[in-house]
Amino acid sequence: MSAVVAEHDEHHDHGPAKGLLRWVVTTNHKDIGTLYLVFALAMFFVGGTMALIIRAELFEPGLQFVEPQFFNSMTTMHALVMVFGAVMPAFVGLANWMIPMMIGAPDMALPRMNNMSFWMLVAGVLLLASTLFMEGGAPAAGWTLYPPLVLQTGAALPFAIFSVHLLGISSIMGAINIIATILNMRAPAMTLMKMPLFVWTWLITGFLLIAIMPVFAGAVTMLLTDRFFGTSFFDAAGGGDPVLYQHIFWFFGHPEVYVMILPTFGVASTIIPVFARKPLFGYSSMVYATASIAFLSFIVWAHHMFTVGMPMAGELYFMYATMLIAIPTGVKVFNWTATMWKGAMTFETPMLFSIAFVVLFTMGGFTGLMMAVAPSDFQYHDTYFIVAHFHYTLVPASIFILMAAGYYWLPKWTGHMYDEKIGRLHFWLSAISVNVLFFPQHFLGLAGMPRRIPDYAVQFADWNMVSSIGAFIFGFSQLLFVYVVIKTINGGTGEKVTDEVWEDAAKHGLEWTLPSPPPYHTFTTPPATVPTEHF
Amino acid sequence: MKKTKQLFACLCLMAFGLETAQAEYALNLMQGVTRLSHDIYDLHMLILWICVFIGIAVFGTMFYSIYHHRKSKGHVAAQFHESTKVEIIWTIIPTLILVSMAIPATKTMLKMDDVQEADMSIKVTGWQWKWEYDYLDSGVHFFSSLDEASNRARQLNSGIDPRSVPHYLLNVDKPLVIPTKKKIRFLFTAADVIHSWWVPDLGWKKDAIPGFINEAWTSVEKPGTYRGQCTELCGKDHGFMPIVVIAMDEPDYSAWVDEQKTQAKINKSLADKNWSQDDLMAKGETVYVNNCASCHMADGAGMAGTFPAITGSPVVTGAIDAQIDLIYNGKGMMPAFGQMLSEVDFAAVVTYTRNALGNAVGDSVQPSAIKALKASLPEPADEDEDEE
Amino acid sequence: MSGSVEQKNKRLVRNLVIVVVAMFGFGYALVPLYDVFCDITGLNGKTNTEAVEETHYKIDTTRNVTIEFITSLNESAPMQFRAESAKLKIHPGEYYTVNFFAQNLTDKKMLAQAIPSITPGLAAEYFIKTECFCFNEQTFAANEAKTMPVRFVVDPKLPEKYKTITLAYTFFDNTEKSVNK
Repeated sequence: MSAVVAEHDEHHDHGPAKGLLRWVVTTNHKDIGTLYLVFALAMFFVGGTMALIIRAELFEPGLQFVEPQFFNSMTTMHALVMVFGAVMPAFVGLANWMIPMMIGAPDMALPRMNNMSFWMLVAGVLLLASTLFMEGGAPAAGWTLYPPLVLQTGAALPFAIFSVHLLGISSIMGAINIIATILNMRAPAMTLMKMPLFVWTWLITGFLLIAIMPVFAGAVTMLLTDRFFGTSFFDAAGGGDPVLYQHIFWFFGHPEVYVMILPTFGVASTIIPVFARKPLFGYSSMVYATASIAFLSFIVWAHHMFTVGMPMAGELYFMYATMLIAIPTGVKVFNWTATMWKGAMTFETPMLFSIAFVVLFTMGGFTGLMMAVAPSDFQYHDTYFIVAHFHYTLVPASIFILMAAGYYWLPKWTGHMYDEKIGRLHFWLSAISVNVLFFPQHFLGLAGMPRRIPDYAVQFADWNMVSSIGAFIFGFSQLLFVYVVIKTINGGTGEKVTDEVWEDAAKHGLEWTLPSPPPYHTFTTPPATVPTEHF
Repeated sequence: MKKTKQLFACLCLMAFGLETAQAEYALNLMQGVTRLSHDIYDLHMLILWICVFIGIAVFGTMFYSIYHHRKSKGHVAAQFHESTKVEIIWTIIPTLILVSMAIPATKTMLKMDDVQEADMSIKVTGWQWKWEYDYLDSGVHFFSSLDEASNRARQLNSGIDPRSVPHYLLNVDKPLVIPTKKKIRFLFTAADVIHSWWVPDLGWKKDAIPGFINEAWTSVEKPGTYRGQCTELCGKDHGFMPIVVIAMDEPDYSAWVDEQKTQAKINKSLADKNWSQDDLMAKGETVYVNNCASCHMADGAGMAGTFPAITGSPVVTGAIDAQIDLIYNGKGMMPAFGQMLSEVDFAAVVTYTRNALGNAVGDSVQPSAIKALKASLPEPADEDEDEE
Repeated sequence: MSGSVEQKNKRLVRNLVIVVVAMFGFGYALVPLYDVFCDITGLNGKTNTEAVEETHYKIDTTRNVTIEFITSLNESAPMQFRAESAKLKIHPGEYYTVNFFAQNLTDKKMLAQAIPSITPGLAAEYFIKTECFCFNEQTFAANEAKTMPVRFVVDPKLPEKYKTITLAYTFFDNTEKSVNK
């Protein structure tokens, strides 16, 4: 440990260490941000490959490529890798890179813990991936890990649970670090209500993570002791109850999906004003809406369980509470629209992805509202309708916004401009194919196709084929992003970017007052003034 | 913009395509065959339309803005960024819309919950990977699993075109038969993991949870065959445990019940008959395909690490009593088939596994021996006795 | 400046870690909380798990309630198990006894636990058992058959709308688990 401390101090005085070791021992927020983002992108392709295995098998009725058990492992691992390996780390990476620069701080509050939480994430994901090669295969009970089914997992079970523990500790450490940075490291002029929304949404997300990850860790620990130490938390034979797991899981699980969407809202609220050349509409209502969504996320969990046989009062309560979420979410969508209204918009790649996010996320919101209605949910539940719903709120929402963030800040990070033509091509291919991929799944679900099945009745064949075609176009289109990123790092279009990069961006965020690329250490003395564009 | 058109096309498709084209493509929720399912359909359409109209309003505004308020057209950005009045308006209007949605939803929910005063009860038990039905009033009882044709076609690279199989994956060996225009109460439970029983035409699904009991009801208006599937991931063959419900008008239904009772008696007498090796082998193959092949594979090779092979298995080629005991009582992932298979099926599959799939032990077991195995409990009395 | 920030960080981290630990505990606290929640809402139709003293109720002869009895065996339970009758018409307030038969089909000693569940769940709190084989784990000798009575009463306070109540028992073979303990 003392060696690390020494290194750290040395870093402070000089530039980064030479060679590969720089990346292993680094405590610099920009380095760790880069590590997180690169790792998340890699996992995005790992999870995406699993999705393509799923879609390949579903291209036609009949089993052509994989056994049902392996198919179930793929749906399970795809979800776990995407949630814990791609989307969450990507947002932690953005937070690492951007939050200190946005609030005028020299680094994260706890740099060494920062390094540790990244490497723990890598260990957790590798451990999870290793279960694929274990006897009995990787976990195949869905990412929700419902007992009693999950207890039938082979040798992989304890490893999968331990990997969830590692991932949980990693996110908790990341969250603590981000909260500490935001609360304690702001430049004196950066008051809470002057913070960019990305910082605000992450502050709230950080608290969500701290509240829910330990609950999830507890739930999987109960699974572990049920299987190996004779407890009966979820085993009816010993007086337990499998439905209890679902309650605990969704107490974690519902806020968890907001962990993935709140920072998304934050990035969108940061990008849209810049390209509309207008201040964000309703800044404070955005903050309050985020906080109320976060609060509501704790009291709606059982809408994932309308069919488990809850008493009427429970069904009605969870239905009403869930419908309430539409109100603050609606406020956000209206605010984004009002931000665009009477602006002077230009449509560079980050803006294109952001607009597509607003539209497609709203469609995901609509289907969410439909499913909040308990009686209809008795039809929609566990069909492709919900698969379509949550993919609309994750892929063209979280993933699109992560892409937008990539294009938006890449010039700042590298000092080079990305190739706008390829960026737009990437956008249009993604935006069209994502709809080809997920829109038909609404039809499939309504027509009666359950989720998590490796094979289906022939009347579902046409839309599955369309969906699979969309999936392959979408998947391969993402390689363009890798190409753009590599090209930009190596000089991009050759055009030298200014500090602001985007017209008048410095009015919107402190990071644009720094050089592009920013030096290894920034804001070692806090900036005297901060942008007050939204006042 | 292309995007605009595409999105509107999607919305229009949702709005119009669903109702007109549903006969061919089944784009929309099915209306179903019960009053409840009709209510749910209406609720679904109401909320869909509300969403479509909100969508048109919001996206319309957005795309108007995108088209007109762009820098390339020389539009200069306004600098407003707050309006408490507007914020209040767009908080209150959605709230009112939500209330208008919640009222019909609550009404339907209350109807769904009214399970009392049913005409008959059927207990449904979910198994990995089949359904068990118990008619609590008439004593009819059977298992229902994926039909043989689908089961053969759905094996990995089976070479059978699923399109050539009637009702591929939505057909069972023995469907659930119910009377029309009767209020039927379903009681759900499961024997291993959680399953969920869904027939879209009835309008709902309900989870079957081991150790616990759930209820739901239906009253089918018109005779017909309605198909559904398990909707809670329940392991390897989750996708292969369909549900078929046949609704029959009253005289037909009673005839069916009588037939079931007669058949049960015949089955009992079959168990006493002496079976030839060939008959047992022929019967055993079918039983094997329907009950064993999904884990131990059609050729008996099993699945390394999870499901042991039948071919050359020390249990199957060892002492016959030990094999019977294992199949009868189960062990770990292997379910106990003692209560699931009839005496004849049980004896047949034991005989088959010992003399096929690469094994050649040469011996066999008679159904009567299995019958003797079944315990000496007092025979259940005819269950419709205390009906008043 | 850095000294004070470091102290602030330390304090904040300590507080946040306390929250984390508390939330981990909260996850476990959900287990008993859930039981309370089930009691209040009748979720899963859980009934009393210990015998209740027999108290006197006023018998409401004007009302009939049908009680259905359902028996199930969890997966590998090598047993036979059934109720002596499939249903019973009762008057609220009156005590009844129903016999259940169970037999161990193996030639080894068996420990089995029966789990009761009642539907509709909200009726569970009015269904009171003074004697039940589900209160304890049952021990069966090899091939032993048992007749086990359940004595119960339905509280006359049962809301009018409930006309049929189903009492389900599922036997779980706990032999392996109990031996391991």
